[in-house]
Amino acid sequence: MGYFKTGLSMLIDPLSLFFLFVIAIVSLPSAIYSIGYLKGEYSRAKTALAWVLLVGFVASMVLVVTVSNAFVFLIVWELMSLVSYFLVTFDNKHEKSVMAGTIYMIMTHIGTAFITAAFLIMFKYSNSFDFTAFKLGCQAMPGHVKDIVFLFLLIGFGTKAGIVPLHIWLPYAHPQAPSHISSIMSGVMIKTAIYGLLRFVIFILGINAIWWGNIILILASISCLVGVIYALMEHDLKRLLAYHSVENIGIILLGVGASMVFLKMNMPVLAVFALCAGLYHLVNHAIFKGLLFLCAGSVYKMSQTRNIEKLGGLIKLMPQTALAFLIGSMAISAIIPLNGFISEWLTLQALFLGSINSIGGYKIFMGICAAVLALTGGLAAACFVKAFGITFLGLPRSKKAESSREAPLTMRLGMFFLALLTVVFGLAASIVIKFLVIVSGCATGIGVEKINFTLNNFVLAPQGSTVYLSSPLVALVLVTIIGFIAAGVYFGLGRNKVAVNKTWDCGYYNLDSRTEYTATAFSKPFRVAFSFFLLPYRKTKKIRESSYHIKSFRYEVFTTSVFKSYIYEPVIKLIYITAKNLRRFQPGSIHLYLAYIFVTILLLLIFVNRF
Amino acid sequence: MKILFLFIQILLLIAIAPFLSGLIKKIKNTLRMRKGASVFQPYYNLQKLFGKEEVISENTSWIFRITPFIVMGCVVLTIPLLPLFGLAVSLNYMGDFLLIIFILALGRFFLALAGLDAASAFGGMGSSREMFISALVEPVALLAVFAVSLNAGSTSLQAISNFHVMKLSSFIAVISLFIVTIVETSRLPIDNQETHLELTMIHEAMVLEYSGRSLALLEWASYIKQVIFFTILSIITMPFGSANIFIYFIKIAAMCLIIAVIEILTAKMRLFRVVDFLSFSLFLSVTALIISSIGL
Repeated sequence: MGYFKTGLSMLIDPLSLFFLFVIAIVSLPSAIYSIGYLKGEYSRAKTALAWVLLVGFVASMVLVVTVSNAFVFLIVWELMSLVSYFLVTFDNKHEKSVMAGTIYMIMTHIGTAFITAAFLIMFKYSNSFDFTAFKLGCQAMPGHVKDIVFLFLLIGFGTKAGIVPLHIWLPYAHPQAPSHISSIMSGVMIKTAIYGLLRFVIFILGINAIWWGNIILILASISCLVGVIYALMEHDLKRLLAYHSVENIGIILLGVGASMVFLKMNMPVLAVFALCAGLYHLVNHAIFKGLLFLCAGSVYKMSQTRNIEKLGGLIKLMPQTALAFLIGSMAISAIIPLNGFISEWLTLQALFLGSINSIGGYKIFMGICAAVLALTGGLAAACFVKAFGITFLGLPRSKKAESSREAPLTMRLGMFFLALLTVVFGLAASIVIKFLVIVSGCATGIGVEKINFTLNNFVLAPQGSTVYLSSPLVALVLVTIIGFIAAGVYFGLGRNKVAVNKTWDCGYYNLDSRTEYTATAFSKPFRVAFSFFLLPYRKTKKIRESSYHIKSFRYEVFTTSVFKSYIYEPVIKLIYITAKNLRRFQPGSIHLYLAYIFVTILLLLIFVNRF
Repeated sequence: MKILFLFIQILLLIAIAPFLSGLIKKIKNTLRMRKGASVFQPYYNLQKLFGKEEVISENTSWIFRITPFIVMGCVVLTIPLLPLFGLAVSLNYMGDFLLIIFILALGRFFLALAGLDAASAFGGMGSSREMFISALVEPVALLAVFAVSLNAGSTSLQAISNFHVMKLSSFIAVISLFIVTIVETSRLPIDNQETHLELTMIHEAMVLEYSGRSLALLEWASYIKQVIFFTILSIITMPFGSANIFIYFIKIAAMCLIIAVIEILTAKMRLFRVVDFLSFSLFLSVTALIISSIGL
């Protein structure tokens, strides 16, 4: 039992520090936000409980990224899952929350089981749970065992990260928690899985074969596309954001996967660069997804609905929340000059550089990954035009939306802090990159003293052993945009004659909120284009007054979740059938049970005598 | 001196942009045996719009009002990134094709929001279609430019324009990029600039609520965007003499002629047929990438 007498030993290296930083920058504004958010929503006891759980949740995440012993890691990992389960089911009055919690619980434990299995295999070679011993032990591990450990870790951490097809719990669990928790779950908790992958696969295990990177790149590309296509179909504001987390985890993993491939191809500079891009997107996603969930929470608290088809026109009722949401939307859509743009651009450049410098099939493979990323970016922009446009622009579509007011000050503070960070991380890219180089050097074990990235003119050209990232341009962007806006304000207010009138209505009648374009209509082209994957179907119902006259017409559109109906439901069905069959052995007759005991003893006696 | 050249490049492209639209219209009319308006008609239109009173919908917010300026700012910002007479002598390696796509995305994002802002169904329809098509065209453009960059060894437009060899893969990529140009400049068979019919319009539907000065800015911005795409295409198809103003104008005029001929020969495509059309161009781009990866 000497293995377990390690106590709580910590390991704080640049990799851990980076994740601590990510946890801090999202948790702090979320906590401030929750002061206003919890007020009036729950009873006093429940509010106190919310604070306790919040602290427990953040503390467990901090421990996950700092402990240096695999056994302790499993304990704090489980602690994090349990605390977040209580947070998902916090609104336990809703039946949805309980179901979401159950799905989350099952999926996360499947993941933990795989991680435990991987750790036990690693333990067999190192005879200790300590990370340093793990690292030594893994060097002696044969190749095929390494492959198995990698697959176990990938499934284990992939479940937490929400990689397709293990993402199934994410769109249920994240939206159901209170909004400040959604922001931490989506912004930070799923990133601890990326930490796990970096720590255990790249740092400790070491990459054995190039197909590891390929698998991650393929899964990442699929996650990107699936996440964003589902998000486009979603009209629940918080679920939409949850699906975008699946997408963004994909983008992060594109950087990580590319880095693994480059490591194996013996291109250390590119490996460091690709991992930098992935880590940059990780911190950016934490910031803007945290921000978007906080804004969605304000909309929900003030209007009591998350269905964007019932919202609209909120930009006039809650202008500051709208501005924060707009900034978040622009950042997640990779719009210049905010932070999402920088990291997506870096990831694309990493893939391009990899393609230019590698040979044969990898040229095409990397190119196609970049194309998938470009398509994802375009679809994400479309999705956020929908999310922002339908929620905040136009006319309010329901009474609830009409009566919304601006969120309380503490909530706005939390949002604006994060909104500011999206700008800072967009403009101070050169400085951020310097730190990220150190972090990715730590994870990959490459000496980074000689590697020098400069972000100057937004052109990447390989020059010798260093990657040359050439940006006074950011300044230029700002000057021009600000100049034009200033000119616009000057001319717009000063000289131009402007008359305010009704929207053009083709001369029929006054337009109201029922004639506006809806989110369902907005996403129709995408539904048709991706119908092979979404399998949409519609339900129509004619309500007749008589056989000649239709009084009203009901039209509903649904999409089929391929993963749910073709992967998860058959498995669940199989489990049920097996359980049903096994039940025959337990009919409730005490005589039969006595017979079981008798037979068991008999068999054991025979077994002991014979062998 | 370098900065001066850059400014000349910016001002010149802004100034000639409406002329190219007039030129395309004139060529189309001549081919159809019509007399048609003068090539300077776009300038007269802009002048008229700048002088007019602006009517704004009561439902709109500040997004609607700042959008024309943001759109104009974005397209002007991309001009100095083009390796023409300005850049050939000065700022080496500044920005690549990717950056141009990203900058134009900012303008498009706001334009689509402005479409939704007036609470009119037309605007929403336009925004939805615009975002749909632009999302599909993005990977096509990226892969095509990437195939060309693989040949040139860098994604910089400067490097591409200095690479004077026309490989087979570049040729295929150019066809694909040509389709991208048609889409981005809202030309037939994807979009029709000349109609205000609800079933067909995309770009025009988004800007339907605009009038006066704002409309003038948006129109001008779309003219400039057209010049930018023509220039990129001409740099890749004819990688010589971009620094010479006269050769550059001949190349651009040639592009106008091709576009005009295509426009009179094709009919507008149904929205969902566009998906097939773009899938075809995606196929071309991937082919170009594969061919360039084997070195042809």
